[in-house]
Amino acid sequence: MENTKTNAVEMKNVTKTFGSVVANHDVNLTLRTGEILALLGENGSGKTTLMNMLSGIYFPDHGEIYIHGKEVSIRSPKDAFALGIGMIHQHFKLVDVLTAAENIVLGLPGGATINRKLLSQKIRDISQKYGFDIDPDKKIYQMSVSEKQTVEIIKVLYRGAGILILDEPTAVLTPQETEKLFRVLRAMKDDNKAIIIITHKLHEVLSVSDRVAILRKGEYIDTVETGKATQQSLTEMMVGHSVSLSIDRPEGIPKKDCLKVHSLTCINSDGVKKLDQVSFDAFGGEILGVAGIAGSGQKELCEALTGLYPVKGGSILFHNEVDGHLVDENLVGKSPDEIIKKGISMAFVPEDRLGMGLVASLDMVDNIMLKNYRQNSGPFVDRETPKKTAERLIEELQIVTPGVHTPIRRLSGGNVQKVLLGREIECSPQLLIVAYPARGLDINSSYTVYDLLNQQKKKGVAVIFIGEDLDVLLEISDRLLVLCGGQVSGIVDPRTTSKEEIGLMMVHVGDQNKENQANLQKERKEAATHE
Amino acid sequence: MDNIINLLNAAVAAGTPLLLGTLGEILTEKSGNLNLGVEGMMFMGAVSGLAGGLAAEQWLGGAGVMAAVGALLISFLAGALGALIYSFLTITLRANQNVTGLTLTIFGTGFGNFFGEILGQRSATGFAQVTQGTQAMFQPIHFGALSDIPILGKLLFSYNWIVYFSVALAILMAWFFKKSRTGLNLRAVGEDPATADAAGINVTRYKYLATIVGGGICGIGGMYMCMVTCNGIWVHGCVSGYGWLAVALVIFATWNPARAILCGIIFGGLTVLRMYFPIKGLATQFYDMVPYIVTIVVLVITSIRQSREHSQPKSCGNNYFREER
Repeated sequence: MENTKTNAVEMKNVTKTFGSVVANHDVNLTLRTGEILALLGENGSGKTTLMNMLSGIYFPDHGEIYIHGKEVSIRSPKDAFALGIGMIHQHFKLVDVLTAAENIVLGLPGGATINRKLLSQKIRDISQKYGFDIDPDKKIYQMSVSEKQTVEIIKVLYRGAGILILDEPTAVLTPQETEKLFRVLRAMKDDNKAIIIITHKLHEVLSVSDRVAILRKGEYIDTVETGKATQQSLTEMMVGHSVSLSIDRPEGIPKKDCLKVHSLTCINSDGVKKLDQVSFDAFGGEILGVAGIAGSGQKELCEALTGLYPVKGGSILFHNEVDGHLVDENLVGKSPDEIIKKGISMAFVPEDRLGMGLVASLDMVDNIMLKNYRQNSGPFVDRETPKKTAERLIEELQIVTPGVHTPIRRLSGGNVQKVLLGREIECSPQLLIVAYPARGLDINSSYTVYDLLNQQKKKGVAVIFIGEDLDVLLEISDRLLVLCGGQVSGIVDPRTTSKEEIGLMMVHVGDQNKENQANLQKERKEAATHE
Repeated sequence: MDNIINLLNAAVAAGTPLLLGTLGEILTEKSGNLNLGVEGMMFMGAVSGLAGGLAAEQWLGGAGVMAAVGALLISFLAGALGALIYSFLTITLRANQNVTGLTLTIFGTGFGNFFGEILGQRSATGFAQVTQGTQAMFQPIHFGALSDIPILGKLLFSYNWIVYFSVALAILMAWFFKKSRTGLNLRAVGEDPATADAAGINVTRYKYLATIVGGGICGIGGMYMCMVTCNGIWVHGCVSGYGWLAVALVIFATWNPARAILCGIIFGGLTVLRMYFPIKGLATQFYDMVPYIVTIVVLVITSIRQSREHSQPKSCGNNYFREER
């Protein structure tokens, strides 16, 4: 093959500016045929911009791009297709009500009708070649995230792409799905395809790539062989200074009662049990981690605790001071508003930051006001106090924003998360529930978030941390609750439990656990009768 | 029994303009444009169809086939013109679709009634009317022996040509959405224009074409009201709410052209119910209300039943702008 000798892609001194912001400055990048190149960089380091220039979405200000040794100018996604470049975007571009096959063939030239048999056969051929698992006649809206991603990849392959760009493909996948994706990528590599994978997860970079190209703040730093790199060396190149990679877990903080959840059961509108007899305690001064495969009831748990999801059975007892007495108040059946009015401060950082957490088109001040405008007396709202709060948050949490009046949607993911967390912490809660707080965040921002959670823990706040990265969960939490299909498959001590054991618990509810749960309930009953 | 067969026969004839309006609007909505101007486009089609027929009689040598073809073409063009205005405003200038559609209804209604009156004033008799030869063109066709078969002949082979044309159009459209490549691309545009754009589909062209052709089909529906329902005479306000019924029928038909045939017949039947099953003492106004009451009931039922696939194209009502994030 002659292609193996030339570079699939060569970008020379590519520069792109948006107004006064330099997104890429004299970036050089080489991609060989038959290799997986990881493009590593923090959020806002210009990875996606660089790749968008390859896929024809942006056009570089200056610099040259060579594809298979020939200088080209890519002015539209169509040009990119013609050169065999296919990009799989972070947000899938698929039509929900159409089938996988229909999405794959969309917009392609051809006869008046589509030969569906032939199309399905072709898709199966591609699937078999690289080890995909897909049903061409399944509709997109019935698919899991991982299946949708598969459709996107096949769509690109079907169009004959030899150069594939994947923008943060693992951000939405479970560890198992990620492993499956990597197997496919390796199969494609063996088929002499050139692959660029954008990511900031270091262990993935190390496990899948052949070489790593690092960008920092729009500047090209270096390309290194993966074999010669370590997590530490890559981080330093990416961040520009040495960072400690271990997450702090402050120990010895006095625990106090906060939340007792007892046999919590929730049923969704289709009659499916989303939470089944969930019982656990959360203490002030500790971080309770919640692990589980996506869709194991994490969302329902959060929403049931905050009064957003109807509860079928069980109780949620919140330890609180009422008129000078400490009582356990049952929160079941109370609306979020009532819960807030009762003086129970509970902060909730939902997984869908711009959907449930913040209003994207409002600015920081207005978003902060959403939480406390009821405290105003009289018909007018006070904008001064929230404005000051916003300014303080910007300073304390180092939020990068043009100003307090910039709509939230213009901020980057990490900064949006800081705004949300900052606002919730501002009301000094007794209980803080966070769901996937570091999703899509780069290393620096992630660690800022972890620090914030630890600070809250030190203050005596009970933190419930719903996460997906087991490494992080094991390091940060004091106790780890594992969910499996809406049931609690165990609450373990992360200091003594391995990742593999938790992985098993995530897919299987053991008998021992059922016993534990039964014991816990018995103890509770006894305690209740004693009182 | 005879009554039922007569009712069914009349229902098909009365439901055809509804079917045409519904088909036009389905095509439009499939491209992601919610055009509430069906009523207006039907009015434009009605008056232009009549004018086209009259013009053909005058200049192309008399009544008959030429006049009918003229009416068909001109009414299509008039509806398409209304839809072109709508398209330019919403697709190119990105004006609000609801407001533009409502405005088009007001404009079209005025356009129809204004030119209808002018046609009437300029004719010798004082009202605009096509000749008997042309009127005959819009009468039920007699298929010889076929039409004489008892029951079946009356049910299947005793309609004017536009009825058959509409049913054929509905089936063609169903095939187009389901099987053809262009139809698939069009559905993608209506569901998710950004995705369609990224797949290399010219979103603007698809939207323009679907909306304009859809408007033209609505225009033919209006021509039917004037030429068949009103016998080729201009009657002030002749479309009278059929356009609005068509908009609702799109929902009832769940954006499925084949199902629209059935919906057209049901609602056509409701509009003529009074003639076949009169109940003594019941005011005619009550019968006039029935189609609208049923529309409300149908809308309530269809909104309760939620289905991903049989629902409005997702981007319907929203304008597409590539650079918006």
